[in-house]
Amino acid sequence: MKKECIAMLLAGGQGSRLYALTQKMAKPAVPFGGKYRIIDFPLSNCSNSGIDTVGVLTQYQPLELNDYIGNGQPWDLDRLRGGVHILPPYQTASGSSWYEGTANAIYQNIRFIDRYNPEYIIVLGGDHIYKMDYSKMVDFHKEHSADATIAVLNVSLEEASRFGIMTCDSECRVVDFTEKPKEPKSTLASMGIYVFTWDKLRKYLIENENAGGSKDFGKDIIPAMLQNGERMFAYAFEGYWKDVGTLYSLWEANMDILNSSDLELYDADWKIYSRNMSLPPQYIGPDADIQDSLVSDGCSVNGSVHSSIIYSGVTIENNVVIDHSVVMPGAVIKSGAVVKYAIIGADSVIESDVKIGASKEETGENQKWDIAVIGHSEVISSGVSVAPGQMIPAV
Amino acid sequence: MIYNNILGLIFSNMHDEAVSELTQVRTMGSILFGGRYRLIDFPLSNMTNSGIPEVGIITKANYQSLLDHIGSGREWDLGTKNGGLHLLPPFSNHMNGLYRGRIEALEGVLPFIQHSDAEYVVMSDCDVVTTIDFRQVIREHKRNEADITVVYAKHNFTNNGVGSRASTILEVDSDKRVVSATINPDILGEANRSLNMFVISRKILEKIVTRFAPEGFASFDKQVLQQNKANYKICGFEHKGYYEKIEDIMSYYNANMNLLKPENLHKLFLNDTPIFTKVKDSAPAKYEKGSSVKNSLVADGCVIEGTVENSILFRGVKVKKGAIVRNCILMQNAKIGEGAELHAVITDKNVKVGKDKLLTASMKNALFIKKNQKIEED
Repeated sequence: MKKECIAMLLAGGQGSRLYALTQKMAKPAVPFGGKYRIIDFPLSNCSNSGIDTVGVLTQYQPLELNDYIGNGQPWDLDRLRGGVHILPPYQTASGSSWYEGTANAIYQNIRFIDRYNPEYIIVLGGDHIYKMDYSKMVDFHKEHSADATIAVLNVSLEEASRFGIMTCDSECRVVDFTEKPKEPKSTLASMGIYVFTWDKLRKYLIENENAGGSKDFGKDIIPAMLQNGERMFAYAFEGYWKDVGTLYSLWEANMDILNSSDLELYDADWKIYSRNMSLPPQYIGPDADIQDSLVSDGCSVNGSVHSSIIYSGVTIENNVVIDHSVVMPGAVIKSGAVVKYAIIGADSVIESDVKIGASKEETGENQKWDIAVIGHSEVISSGVSVAPGQMIPAV
Repeated sequence: MIYNNILGLIFSNMHDEAVSELTQVRTMGSILFGGRYRLIDFPLSNMTNSGIPEVGIITKANYQSLLDHIGSGREWDLGTKNGGLHLLPPFSNHMNGLYRGRIEALEGVLPFIQHSDAEYVVMSDCDVVTTIDFRQVIREHKRNEADITVVYAKHNFTNNGVGSRASTILEVDSDKRVVSATINPDILGEANRSLNMFVISRKILEKIVTRFAPEGFASFDKQVLQQNKANYKICGFEHKGYYEKIEDIMSYYNANMNLLKPENLHKLFLNDTPIFTKVKDSAPAKYEKGSSVKNSLVADGCVIEGTVENSILFRGVKVKKGAIVRNCILMQNAKIGEGAELHAVITDKNVKVGKDKLLTASMKNALFIKKNQKIEED
């Protein structure tokens, strides 16, 4: 069954810098933005871009993710031909191994990709929040008769040393690529989104596999292709894009939604799809005061909610103060609790009069400030105080 | 557990004329309710939650919105190979499919009923909003060795609204046998009112339809419950759960408003029997700075800048700065302009109210605004 282009979504990483939030689920399954999960963004992008075949490579804590993706129907990926496929590592006649690096993960699925005999494959990560039309990037790849196209974003010079940085000529052809350079030569950062001409990539994957090393796209495949003078181009992306790999950036990306000029979720032409439970509309009680916030289906709110994102099925009792916080699905915040600059994990229960987190100003200059984090399904007993930057459970 | 010996039948057009304001553009079953539902979601979810694997929906007219809502039935877990959902539009020739009553409606779908090998048929209209476990009704039906079981609820009739004049009233003896049925009487005080849900043995249903339909008898309540109660063993099942019966536009308004009492909301939705509906992938509701929302139900996709009190907002409603919405039902995509004020108004889908417009009515007589109407500034 021939497909012009299929997507491979790398969703096996632990997301260790999300600590308490990824103890029992892979990073792409982490709830985001009120009613979504991180993986809804690349999956919806695929669906909206007309890519109907997506392999999702899983490895770390896959149960939640498998359950969530299911048959792919919420993203229109339950297709007669193609559709979404969960791809965990598997045993072969010659043995078995875990996915060792991004390139190795694709290498281990060469047979899956060959079944579709695609001209191009697009390689995606499962840890970024952005809306992007991949079909335009594939068009760009075709127009330039490229072997590899790397999506790039203009970042500030200070940030540049955290990314793979590219230097391009006037035709957008990549002339230099350095992974996390100490002294960046440019500010064009790789977004970890690649389009490859499959025949070409296939050859490099096999060579790289035999050469050993880290088996990584950024560290091995891209430099090797560049060294051999393959046609590699940078595709400039403009718009909102955020790596939500750390607790702070995850919190910040949630806050960005409140400023819709950053991240617009109400765009009817580029919907973000998600698997929804059948929940009644949110009930806003007589004592509620909600300002500059997002609230989702199934919530019951009777307290004060300012500049916060309240996910599906959350209960907020009266006399509660929620400020600049992210409250994940099913959490219960009981009467008198104060939650500021915090992430509350799914299904956690915050008992009466608990105090969690504080603003930077309240914390004072001498004290270390960061957002406070409560993991999933935790119970915080009545009267407990959780300091700014503290995490429960400590990981 | 799935019960293959039960067939579900839903009458989507029955009682259309009772709420003519809302049924001009749709069936009774596709009337919007409670912020994100349509009335048919309740009988459909009740059937699915009761393990009924096959449901036929009988339609007559205006069923485009219904088809659009139901799709393959997947959202109610009825998109299955065995059984599943069947839409039964008008079929029979001799009356152009435009049946006058339940018996004629059943006659039009008789081949579907005959084709089934279910032992029992559960029938429901779309005028009652409730959660009910039909397994319990069937258990009682079997225990009573009944031919027909009618679900009823005790109700205290007053002079308000249509009172008892839109209900079939049943007298049930201590053996749960229905001893009399009175159709649309004018009575006061407590009585048993039929909720238009029935369990009936399939063979008996076939006999009733083939016997009465050719003679031109259309009404099930009249022909069977009233005039042939001696020929069938007809029993009553008392439904004690929370319910609302939609009989006219004001009972529709009140049924919605009653959901603003948290105890009712809990009884209807927050139990082990979820009410399923079509999912639309709207973003969460957004409350802008300066907004004020109290005692209201709000669906996803709403953006609120103004004041909303004691109201029900369906998906994608926009309330602009300075606008005031009180005691209203605003269906999908209503746009309430800056400084506009609405009291006791029901807006059908896609209504636009211009800047500074004032629309007030009393809660005893709410104002209804038709689908797609634009009420612009003066």
